[in-house]
Amino acid sequence: MSYFIDRRANAKHKSAVNRQRFLDRYRTHIKRSVEEAVNRRSITDMERGEKVSIPSRDISEPVFQHGPGGKRSIVSPGNKEFVEGDRLRRPGGGGGGGGAGEGGASNQGEGMDEFAFSLTREEFLDFVFDGLELPHLERKQLVDLEEVRPVRAGISKDGVPARINIVRSMREAQARRIAMRAPLRRALREALEALEAEERKDPVLRNPSRIEALKEEIERLERRLEAVPFIDTYDLRYNHLINQPQPSNKAVMFCVMDVSGSMTQAHKDIAKRFFLLLYLFLERNYEKVELVFVRHHTAAKEVDEEEFFYSRETGGTIVSSALTLVDEIITKRYSPAQWNLYVAQASDGDNWDDDSVTCRELMMKKLMPRLQYFTYVEITPHAHQALWEEYERVAAEFSERFAMRQIVEAGDIYPVFRELFRRRAEA
Amino acid sequence: MTRRKPIATGSDWTFETLETFEAEIARLADEYRLDTYPNQIEIITTEQMMDAYASVGMPVGYHHWSFGKQFLAVEQAYRRGQMGLAYELVINSDPCIAYLMEENTLMMQVLVMAHACYGHNSFFKGNYLFRTWTDASSIIDYLVFARKYVAECEERYGVTAVEQLLDACHALQNYGVDRYKRPSPLSAEEEAHRQAEREAYLQAQVNTLWRTIPRPADGEPLAEPHDDEEDPLGLHGGGRYPPEPQENLLYFIEKNAPLLAPWQREIVRIVRKLAQYFYPQRQTQVMNEGWATFWHYTLMNRLFDEGLVDEGLILEFLQSHTAVVNQPPFDSPYYSGINPYALGFAMFTDIKRICEAPTAEDREWFPDMAGSDWLETLHFAMRNFKDESFIQQFLSPRVIRDLKLFTVVDDDQEEMLEVAAIHDERGYQRIREALSVQYALSVREPNIQVYSADIRGDRSLTLRHVQDRRRPLAKTVYPVIRHLHQLWGFPVKLESMEEKEVVRRYQWPLPEGAEGGG
Repeated sequence: MSYFIDRRANAKHKSAVNRQRFLDRYRTHIKRSVEEAVNRRSITDMERGEKVSIPSRDISEPVFQHGPGGKRSIVSPGNKEFVEGDRLRRPGGGGGGGGAGEGGASNQGEGMDEFAFSLTREEFLDFVFDGLELPHLERKQLVDLEEVRPVRAGISKDGVPARINIVRSMREAQARRIAMRAPLRRALREALEALEAEERKDPVLRNPSRIEALKEEIERLERRLEAVPFIDTYDLRYNHLINQPQPSNKAVMFCVMDVSGSMTQAHKDIAKRFFLLLYLFLERNYEKVELVFVRHHTAAKEVDEEEFFYSRETGGTIVSSALTLVDEIITKRYSPAQWNLYVAQASDGDNWDDDSVTCRELMMKKLMPRLQYFTYVEITPHAHQALWEEYERVAAEFSERFAMRQIVEAGDIYPVFRELFRRRAEA
Repeated sequence: MTRRKPIATGSDWTFETLETFEAEIARLADEYRLDTYPNQIEIITTEQMMDAYASVGMPVGYHHWSFGKQFLAVEQAYRRGQMGLAYELVINSDPCIAYLMEENTLMMQVLVMAHACYGHNSFFKGNYLFRTWTDASSIIDYLVFARKYVAECEERYGVTAVEQLLDACHALQNYGVDRYKRPSPLSAEEEAHRQAEREAYLQAQVNTLWRTIPRPADGEPLAEPHDDEEDPLGLHGGGRYPPEPQENLLYFIEKNAPLLAPWQREIVRIVRKLAQYFYPQRQTQVMNEGWATFWHYTLMNRLFDEGLVDEGLILEFLQSHTAVVNQPPFDSPYYSGINPYALGFAMFTDIKRICEAPTAEDREWFPDMAGSDWLETLHFAMRNFKDESFIQQFLSPRVIRDLKLFTVVDDDQEEMLEVAAIHDERGYQRIREALSVQYALSVREPNIQVYSADIRGDRSLTLRHVQDRRRPLAKTVYPVIRHLHQLWGFPVKLESMEEKEVVRRYQWPLPEGAEGGG
């Protein structure tokens, strides 16, 4: 006897728990691999999983086994030219002779292999952002929120047909039917009993008019019972929805980059990686993340991603132009009441001499009060200039929401990123 | 024979065609007296197949990181295309669960049904090892019980505590079988029913063993006169415990480890019971695969003879079958040991040939078998042997010649390896011996037994490893005795014996000042 069962619709990922246990157990190993991968990867390429290797020695499950040495005979297939009594050199460079002696010095290569496996994109990013958090991630105050979301709020008597709650309506209907029929049923039962009693009497003693009256009464009661409606508009119940103010779950990230002549493609690549990390990180914390690219030399311009990273410009640098533009865009399109605002700025530190002071004022007065967080990375091996110094004053003022770091080469990006977003100890 | 119309052509399958094929295979299998459990054939996706593979064929398993590791390895291999997942997965249970992957072609589905649902299934039901050691009707229930129990323990005592315990048990699971005693049947209902009772009882038993100040048993003369300065009163006399060496390490731990809590004993028991369930499979690889392969080959050919499958399908089948029974020679880059499918298939096929068309050589080697009823002989072989004895009994000179088997002796005291036997008149018997030994579990795995537990002294546990032809233990011995130490709770010693002499000692914790044990 045999039967077939189609299990394809059943849950897959039965091993998910075991897989997670494995990843947890070897967290430190995997993290090391992931960190290497982040630094090695090409810029556009954070969106996939990662192959990770762990020395199999570290994850082996030991059992009692025979070691090398002693005497054993091995049967193998495929003999070609051997005859009995042939003597052969040991394969693999020999060494069997002393291998088994004291000290357990084994010449076996086992255990050196790597255990390789793939992380999914999600797992990979989990490891990338492990232990990081968005600073200052307070939900926007409810009062100045315009975002609302309908939520269920019990049952009401009025509503649109689409929201009828069938179970509750039927329950109401049944309750009403019971309530309305009960007195009728009682009267009917009494009438029936009376009729029966009357009919049980000796025919001589019967009162025909009473029987007639009782029969009419019964008929009337039955009609009334039948007339009790199965369901009535009075019974209908509706799911009630109310609009609840909603903490904003949207973020916008401004990427601000200097594209003046002094920024080389290498600088831009570094900046791009940094932006990308930040973007992925925001994406994990918010339902929706919008990107705004602002590039500037002496004048700022909002551009698309392609142009942002790959077109070249020459000329001097006026950083305040970009900050002003960001400020305008915020005012025009991204009300701080609805959006969590993040700005990431990358530059090589050059700025027009007098402009840095303007920048600071812009930051202090206009931008910082509205922003969730501002990160500034300076990509330069050289000494800092006026902009850095002015920004340091901003940092002193808004230490909670303003962070700046210097990046010299691509390898610094991830460490710097981690440092910027390290989970703060509970204050 | 009247040829019928093919049931289906092409490579797409439907449930109807599978059912029709299954019925036809069942009819043919019945002709060959293949006695099987009912089949429960499950169609699953690739993902689910990987899940199934990762849990070493247990349809329900408790959670452990090592299964996650297994899953990742399977997934990686599958992605790289190294592994055809497609072949088969069948579970020794009643009903016998076999998995078909939805991606498989029609041919593959039919092949897997013949192979797993009739080949393996009849082997599970017929072979004496499976009959003795496993109870197909209760395994699924027991797995469910085990999973639930482990999960409850995780909840109560923490995932880490359970995980470490399981790690330790897994390290010893190959030593969790009484090889010479028939195990008590394992049934989940009963298990759950008796488990609480057992917890209390076990604990009491252990306590008795450790509670009292040991003294010589009644009637036993006080230790013979002796003049041991260390122990003038003879308190440490009174015999060794256990009196006989114990080969079932996990059982010994479960019953005797002084410090384990009842739930920990129960988990040791679960691992032990599951090891017991897999014990026959480890000893019948060649036979089991050979038997299944022989029958899928026979049944597929019968289907073709009757016209139920067309040429296209049978050619696709032959290609697949040839790949399965391919045995690369030892010097090939694809060589990874003897292919159990190839060896088993060759042997069963040859048994049939010897019965039907014996040569003079066969009559000399197999006087009883030559010319007998082949089906009867095949069933007899399947029922009553394991790999070791099967090879010992049935490996014919013809198979040795076909596979060109040869024996090399590797002696670490010699400079060179020596070819001890090849496929010639002088070599057949020796190759047979050597190959049989190669499949003997007792030789494949080091022979390690509990020698004594010092219940009157420092409570240390001593194991003895009887070396087989001077073969030492691999370095994994240290992590394993460390695990054993976790279970036992007191020092663990291991002595390697050669000719009744201790040639090497291992212990955990490492003695002060010892060089790190590798």
